[in-house]
Amino acid sequence: MGVQTLTYIFVGLTFALYVAIAVWARARSTTDFYVAGGGVNPVVNGMATAADWMSAASFISMAGIIAFMGRDGSVYLLGWTGGYVLLALLLAPYLRKFGQFTVPDFIGERYYSKAARVVAVVCLIFISFTYIAGQMRGVGIVFSRFLEVEIATGVIIGMGIVFIYAALGGMKGITYTQAAQYCVLIFAYMVPAIFISLLVSGSPIPQLGFGGTMADGSGRAVLETLDGILLDLGFGAYTAGAKSTIDVFAITAALMIGTAGLPHVIVRFFTVPKVSDARRSAGWALVFIAILYTTAPAVAVFARINFVESVNEKAYAETPAWFRNWEDIGLVAWQDKNDDGRLQYRVGAPFAGAPSFSDDRGESGERLMTNATTETANEVYVDRDIIVLANPEIAALPNWVIALVAAGGLAAALSTAAGLLLVISAAVSHDLLKKTFSPNLSERQELLYARIAIAVALALAGLFGIYPPAFVAQVVAFAFGLAAASLFPAILLGVFSKRMNKEGAISGMVAGLVFTFSYIVYFKFISPESNTAAHWLFGISPEGIGFIGAILNFAVAGLVARLTAPPPAAVQDLIDDIRLPSGAGVAHQHD
Amino acid sequence: MTGDRGDDKTSVYHHDDQGNPVGQSSHDSEVVSESRVSAYWQANLRFLAALLVVWFAVSFGAGIIFADTLDQYSFLGFPLGFWFAQQGAIYVFVVLIFVYVIGMNRIDKAHGVSDDDETPASTGSNA
Repeated sequence: MGVQTLTYIFVGLTFALYVAIAVWARARSTTDFYVAGGGVNPVVNGMATAADWMSAASFISMAGIIAFMGRDGSVYLLGWTGGYVLLALLLAPYLRKFGQFTVPDFIGERYYSKAARVVAVVCLIFISFTYIAGQMRGVGIVFSRFLEVEIATGVIIGMGIVFIYAALGGMKGITYTQAAQYCVLIFAYMVPAIFISLLVSGSPIPQLGFGGTMADGSGRAVLETLDGILLDLGFGAYTAGAKSTIDVFAITAALMIGTAGLPHVIVRFFTVPKVSDARRSAGWALVFIAILYTTAPAVAVFARINFVESVNEKAYAETPAWFRNWEDIGLVAWQDKNDDGRLQYRVGAPFAGAPSFSDDRGESGERLMTNATTETANEVYVDRDIIVLANPEIAALPNWVIALVAAGGLAAALSTAAGLLLVISAAVSHDLLKKTFSPNLSERQELLYARIAIAVALALAGLFGIYPPAFVAQVVAFAFGLAAASLFPAILLGVFSKRMNKEGAISGMVAGLVFTFSYIVYFKFISPESNTAAHWLFGISPEGIGFIGAILNFAVAGLVARLTAPPPAAVQDLIDDIRLPSGAGVAHQHD
Repeated sequence: MTGDRGDDKTSVYHHDDQGNPVGQSSHDSEVVSESRVSAYWQANLRFLAALLVVWFAVSFGAGIIFADTLDQYSFLGFPLGFWFAQQGAIYVFVVLIFVYVIGMNRIDKAHGVSDDDETPASTGSNA
């Protein structure tokens, strides 16, 4: 069977499964809708959390990013898993004990202030939309490459599926669907990874394989071989980093603190019955996450070797079929600068910006571009996203593996998108409408508004996927930076400091937000030409500045709280109560 | 709103079928004395601090700050610093969370604030 038929079958089957689960687990109350009734088994919740956490960025992009960044790619591995430890140890059990529906709920109650709640809602919506745009782009790529439909059609199909199970099932539907999606995505990730590990290193365990020796009989270590290949082409060694230690430190810290503050993951812990379950569930989730996260750097190494070997110095007509397939949708491109008809893969950008193709073909049959050429010897443009998606093709794996990867990529993108949509809808219907503007809303009305909010948010997210704003890639740094500088410190102080009051928390959040926002906007949009280490504060890039933003937040909050009155006695009692595991009721509203 | 939840309580929790007694009042936070709360909280903070030291040491320490020094040693075929940054730290993170789960359950029990033998719906102390 052809790849396309198989892909239709795999994607069709998984989609049918998600819809079936949604119908089975539809929500009947706001408790069902926001926190799945609070009765989810910790292991199932761990799986759902893992799928929620691992987005299209983890599944599709991460191995590719690491493949091209080499050692510096560790920032994502450390950042996204280490942040999870912070979340599990410092936030999850206490937020579960607090037992309400949303993150702004906690901020609003703990800081006894509608203003604080609204600030939290604004942060949350901004973070979630930035994040969701990336998911929808992932859905678009998978559909356009594997099912050969227009990106717009692909995004609309994806939106339809998410709408069915998110709006119908709320958190309950999403939880069980995400658990299924985890199984699909991890299987789809591991199968090609094991195949490729066997192919390159002879080891069936990718985690060990990339430390082993090459299977080609040369007896050389895999990492040494890759270092050698890259040095020959003028790149830096794979195992040596290019970024400064302080920048790597700051980016890792910003990603850690930022991921710990991501609202769609925090709310997952509201769904288990007890505080001890929240802790246990966090442990399981990290086990499920670690399977993928320890495999990704191995895939990165194998794929980089395969990529260079199958492309470099090949004549265009000799390139493997996948090269031309991905060229058709614009994720790889070749500009024959020296007119020798062969692809030279070297260091540096082949031409300015992303490829903008004219309709013409060159002498060798390649797609021509209108981009201005650059001085470098490199002729090959490659979008890092293809590393995982094209990996099975690059390694000449069977068609069913290719189809499986397509289904896995969709599972990763859809599960995260659904989680994000839910927190956006809860923020609108619960925090803005019910808790701020119209407290008299009945539960039935609130549920209706929550569903409407999901539909509106989904439509917006779909628009982002179909017409990706040019700035999407650049604003991803925003999502983590802003979460790090705003939500995380406010929640942490809310649990661990009894003295922290609303004045401190609000001024801390505002200071962290304004600082981080301005720094990123300045270097990414106002003055991109000065975006170099020489101009950065302490040598920290915009990607890592959320770390400084978080420190600023803590400092300002501490200072202001010292100068103003302590929180009222009722709030201090609330903190005492949050700190004790016993007596956690199901998530509910405090009236 | 608490009235709305009333129906959910029975349908949502499945702990009753384990035959556990319904939460005993001695475990309710209201009854736990202030000094016990503070002793529990101190024990919790000390434990957290120890875990976070390990967390920092394997990620920022071994994976970033001392990575170049550690790279002189080889482990499973990897330069050691590189291994910590791309593999080892993640394994330690997993172990850390499970150590936390087990350790906290012990601390909870020792201070009489465990939620192990209660059905969560039994108190609803926030309601």
